[in-house]
Amino acid sequence: MKFLRAAVWLLTAATSLHAQEGHGATPADIQRGAQIFLSNCTRCHGQDGDAISNVNLFSNKFRHAQTDADLINLLRKGVPGTAMPPGNYSDEQAFAIVAYLHSMATTPRTVSTNTNTGDATRGKTIFEGKGQCLTCHRIGETGGYTGPDLAAIGGARRPPDLERSLTDPNFEIRDENRPVRAVAKDGAVIQGTLLNYDTYSLQLIDTQGNLRALQFDKLKEYEFLKTSPMPSYRDKLTAQEIADIVSYLTGLKGTK
Amino acid sequence: MMRARSLALSAAVLLLVQTAYAQVPFDRILKADTEPQNWLTYSGNLNGQRYSKLTQITPANAKELELKWVLQSRPPAEAATKYEATSLVVDGVLYTVQPPNVVIAVDAATGRIFWTHAYIPATTARACCGRVNRGLAILGNRLFMGTLDGNLLALDARDGHEVWKTAIGRPEAGYAVTVAPLVVGDKVIAGPAGGEYGISGFLAAYSADTGKELWRFNTIPRPGEPGNETWAGQSWVHGGGSIWTTGSYDPVLKLLYWGVGNASPDWNGTGREGDNLYTSSVIALEPDTGKLKWFFQFTPHDEFDFDATQVPVLVDAPWHGLPRHLMLFANRNGYFYVLDRVTGEFLLGKPFVKVTWSTGLDAKGRPIRTGHSTPEGSVIYPENQGGTNWYNPAYSQRTGLFYIPSWVDTYSINTSRQDEYVEGNMYNGGGATHNMPGIRSGPVNRRLPELGYGAIQAVDPNTGTVKWQFKMVDVTDSGVLATASDLVFAGSREGYFYALDARTGAVLWKSMTGGQVSAGPMTYEVNGMQYVSVASGNALFTFGLRD
Repeated sequence: MKFLRAAVWLLTAATSLHAQEGHGATPADIQRGAQIFLSNCTRCHGQDGDAISNVNLFSNKFRHAQTDADLINLLRKGVPGTAMPPGNYSDEQAFAIVAYLHSMATTPRTVSTNTNTGDATRGKTIFEGKGQCLTCHRIGETGGYTGPDLAAIGGARRPPDLERSLTDPNFEIRDENRPVRAVAKDGAVIQGTLLNYDTYSLQLIDTQGNLRALQFDKLKEYEFLKTSPMPSYRDKLTAQEIADIVSYLTGLKGTK
Repeated sequence: MMRARSLALSAAVLLLVQTAYAQVPFDRILKADTEPQNWLTYSGNLNGQRYSKLTQITPANAKELELKWVLQSRPPAEAATKYEATSLVVDGVLYTVQPPNVVIAVDAATGRIFWTHAYIPATTARACCGRVNRGLAILGNRLFMGTLDGNLLALDARDGHEVWKTAIGRPEAGYAVTVAPLVVGDKVIAGPAGGEYGISGFLAAYSADTGKELWRFNTIPRPGEPGNETWAGQSWVHGGGSIWTTGSYDPVLKLLYWGVGNASPDWNGTGREGDNLYTSSVIALEPDTGKLKWFFQFTPHDEFDFDATQVPVLVDAPWHGLPRHLMLFANRNGYFYVLDRVTGEFLLGKPFVKVTWSTGLDAKGRPIRTGHSTPEGSVIYPENQGGTNWYNPAYSQRTGLFYIPSWVDTYSINTSRQDEYVEGNMYNGGGATHNMPGIRSGPVNRRLPELGYGAIQAVDPNTGTVKWQFKMVDVTDSGVLATASDLVFAGSREGYFYALDARTGAVLWKSMTGGQVSAGPMTYEVNGMQYVSVASGNALFTFGLRD
């Protein structure tokens, strides 16, 4: 029966379903998909599906697959000319993996305690007004450069994770958002977000949006900060307002 | 009668032609150190030292090194894949392999292409960690290459045409040949990768003439073979024991030395109780028969993916005042070892990076085990990629130092899991959570410094003491080359390629290649010019002194 459901689903997927649509997978399917994913995919992709640069398996966007049928084909045949190998998956197993990928796109790594239903329109207003978020963040070409660009944040983070970033910004500072502070030998202070560094220099984007390359031998000191410059909004906004902002951010999917 | 005479004449002419064009008889490989202008094996010599007697480039003039030529990858070579091959050079011709299996012969002085032979692996090929190839072997006028879909090929070195192809293992089951083969006598020695797919590994000898398998040593012993008793139940069937880095050969002792990969499933030891021979071991075999002379297991019952797929480095040096045939071995498990390569006797073992999975080694070199992979996850130093890995070390006959590309003070969280074996799918039994991004992330580093660093370490083999280390912010996947002018060449993930002072580790010269160096450097000479060549990113970079 399960195989029949998978086969019917596959047939449907092969015709027109888009990768972001739901498919009636059961929790057991998703659980099975998670197990297969852990066994076969995490060595390269990591448990969060984002260990390879510019590849986020849980974003519901796939470079080499537009439909679920594409995804299944990809899982079985690999991506020629890349490190993605073919896999020996039955229809049922392929169905389960795809179900898991879809499920993860909407499953947060954290649990929200906010029971309010967000309103994206209100959230945009708060984001641009009371919250003063554009002072540090930008959406496209609008906003500041102290924090990350949020134009596609809805595809990269799940709602409760966004909420946690608003209420507890120090909980996790991802490497790509690492604040850095450097002091030149003449005493000038340079602050920004770390883009890259090696044995001799570091590259950053400063709070004015300038790309800066700093040679270590020209610096008096430098520091990778462990705390976020972002304030917590836990006491600055109401739970409803936070839910509204999360709703707004969740809808930001970038340009296609 | 006439026909017989004609055939005999033809055979004689053919023999004459073959002899006239034979480029590299085995005698040349045996005496490779007498022709340092060439690079005839993966390590440059049979002893695995990756040490060159060329001395044109010195500590005094290294700052005058400049780029001489670049060979870029182009389809069907796969530019997004790590370029791990060490080139061979024979009498002015350089042979390289761009991933996955594109063989190119170029003028070693200019990089101009003579010919390209693109072998396209079957679509069923699969590799755990990149569609890579580590290089070629040569004998006579034939080049030998393993393929990602489990074959061993012989190509004619003059035009690249395929002479024979021998299937080593089924790609559908994860068998892939990424190792640079080693020629010993008239045999080509190679074996399959695929430990992450639960293969049953072996090292085998193939006739250089026909490709026929001549002997096979099962790195996972079958029932009835010694060592099978170190596997619980039927766990040996998918026990791993892969071969993916080139071994060494001692022509005096007539022993072949090779490092063996991890046990499968990698992180889950439950169900394969026992030492799991000969995984994570170095084996010493008789090259004519494949018979085991001795073995030494670095990581019994491995649960961390600590392959022993490092190059065994053979050194004849005094040991406590007496001359001795030694083997130096920097292991992925974080320990540096010195063994007697006649008997396999353990002489010394000392960690060269932080190690927490064991508290030390006993008198026989067996680790005193304290750490395990667990369902909840265990923090283990060194990290899953090891204190070092497949990227080759080097030994200088002048300084007496052993140079290790190291990952220092790195850890990962090792988690065990029950995995079902399915042919052609991963069979890891768990995994490692890394702080290190995979190398395919590009030359970008934003890790915090406290998560460890990369280094070239110079170790005194007599004591295991690190005499100097050249620290890099990011870790390195580069091999090391030592020369008789007291230089050490090595690269970095950051993209730099360095000339270091072999006695102090001081940087004498560096060049930014714009990609990650994940190959071993080599050197050769053409028309009086010494070149140093290394693959980085998707291209082969070759340097020499300014004209």
